[in-house]
Amino acid sequence: MVTAPVPDIRITQPQRATESSGEPGSGTPRQRPKRASAENSEVRRFLMGRGNSAVADRGFQWLMVLCALSIFGIVVLIVTELILRSQLTWHAFGFKFFFSSFVDPDTKKTTYWDPVNGHFSALPFIYGTLVSSFLALLLAVPLAIGVAVFLTEMCPRGLRGPLAFLSELLAAIPSVIYGLWAMYVLVPILREHINPLLGQYLGWTGLFADDNPTGLGFVAAGIILAIMILPIISSLTREVMSAVPHSQREAALALGATRWEMIRMGVLRNARIGIVGAIILGLGRALGETMAVTMVIGNSPEIHRSLLSNGTSMSAVIANEYAEAVSDLHLSALTEIGLALFILTIIVNALARVLVWAVTRGAPAQVLH
Amino acid sequence: MGVGIEVSNLNAWYGSNHTLQDINLNIPANHATALIGPSGCGKSTFVRCLNRMHETNPVARVSGTVRIGELDIYHDATPVEIRRRVGMVFQRPNPFPTMSIYDNVAAGLKLNGYSNRRALDDIVERSLKDSALWDEVKDELKKKSGASLSGGQQQRLCIARALAVDPEVLLMDEPASALDPVSTSKIEDLIFELKTQYTIVIVTHNMQQAARVAEKTGFFLNGRMVEFDSTHKIFTNPSDKRTEDYITGRFG
Repeated sequence: MVTAPVPDIRITQPQRATESSGEPGSGTPRQRPKRASAENSEVRRFLMGRGNSAVADRGFQWLMVLCALSIFGIVVLIVTELILRSQLTWHAFGFKFFFSSFVDPDTKKTTYWDPVNGHFSALPFIYGTLVSSFLALLLAVPLAIGVAVFLTEMCPRGLRGPLAFLSELLAAIPSVIYGLWAMYVLVPILREHINPLLGQYLGWTGLFADDNPTGLGFVAAGIILAIMILPIISSLTREVMSAVPHSQREAALALGATRWEMIRMGVLRNARIGIVGAIILGLGRALGETMAVTMVIGNSPEIHRSLLSNGTSMSAVIANEYAEAVSDLHLSALTEIGLALFILTIIVNALARVLVWAVTRGAPAQVLH
Repeated sequence: MGVGIEVSNLNAWYGSNHTLQDINLNIPANHATALIGPSGCGKSTFVRCLNRMHETNPVARVSGTVRIGELDIYHDATPVEIRRRVGMVFQRPNPFPTMSIYDNVAAGLKLNGYSNRRALDDIVERSLKDSALWDEVKDELKKKSGASLSGGQQQRLCIARALAVDPEVLLMDEPASALDPVSTSKIEDLIFELKTQYTIVIVTHNMQQAARVAEKTGFFLNGRMVEFDSTHKIFTNPSDKRTEDYITGRFG
């Protein structure tokens, strides 16, 4: 960095005695000190005494660069560690790790994950993560957009703040609390009432075979994930919607649009890229969510067509088995699943951020006028 | 063909701010009427009362009667109905950026469920010709987005969009104030053409513009209409001292 040379300023005039100014509280009415006409004013002398501040400034700069680099360093460390510790499975299975299956020689059943016999495949975990996350999106997206539309376009002004606050408060609840609530409230309701109904009326699709007496499974995981990603999707949707200029709303209204038509044509249409970004960000959160999912998904490494059956997810298996891994290969397999999850969420989140940025860039939320 | 507008005892408020006070005037059919006055005098609020856009602001309130043709717009109709019949062009061009030029023009009709494709093509072409934009965009109607045009073209696109629903009245709120002189003169020529078919109400800061395009001119000051007369009379021999002061540039 180039620092500007400090101009060599010399005080040529003799210093004048500072003019008397009444001290505050000294009894005499406080006079405003006269601004000194020459270079010897107190403020100028003070500022000159500060030097060029180059050292402090450079120090600050390096400190900040270090902070920024630490983020980068952490990411690099995580990736190298994950790669190094998953070498065993990588050498044993290669890419087949992500889609192979095994046939148990005794029972003749297809298995994917058999740590005792050294069979490892990430397929059921990838399947479980994707199914539960997309189920969550399916449930959360319409609701979240509805919430955002209501809050930005229809809500009475006084109610807007509290409602937005409440919806964002959902994001602050620890996921283990969601898991507990799901285990004690949601799962029994699903088991007693909803799953039998789904099996009865939608069983013919094959997606809702009601043969799981526990109430756990993909549906339970999807619902709990939907609640957890609702606030992130709705608050980002709200943000991109309020970035749409007011003139777009007026343009639609002036053409004779009803309120819904105005929202569709003047707001949602303009915000759609950002809304897709918000949805993908929600997906990113759902993919990586561990605790609540682990508690309700059933944790069986199998692939079933029915959404009511037990499943598992990438993060759930790591949480469940890492502490009790039976072999080095087992540990390595779990680490490789972690690496895959890491890469997946990074890609999804990056994509989402780019999309949200594309809509809101340079356009702060416009104030209605 | 356009219809006349009859305004009686119109009052409007923004919150506690009484922005329009007892406005009475008759706007003639198939003519251009200009509204002039200093910033904040209520002329924009006035045109926004003519298609009930004023009340889209939650703190806004209106009282009085506005008849467009035979229809009492505040008592016998909903805002949506009115806005289908009264087109509006805003100060800043506001085409829909995610729509093609074609879809922008057709937006009002598609919104209301008009689906006759052939007729739609004709209407889009006619509206763009009426707004003097056709020759510049006819090759890229469905390829280019409305936002890719220049400011002046965007404003003419907005005029085409307003014309496509065949309104009886066209309201223009300072339609040329964000444009360069060339685009401005195009818009003025356009108003000159359009006023044979539509009733046009134009708000403007530019007194020459009012003099050029309008037969009638109203002068607003502090929420009241000071004077409403033929444009010629307003600019040569106004009856009110305040009008004279304004047009001679002594204030405002």
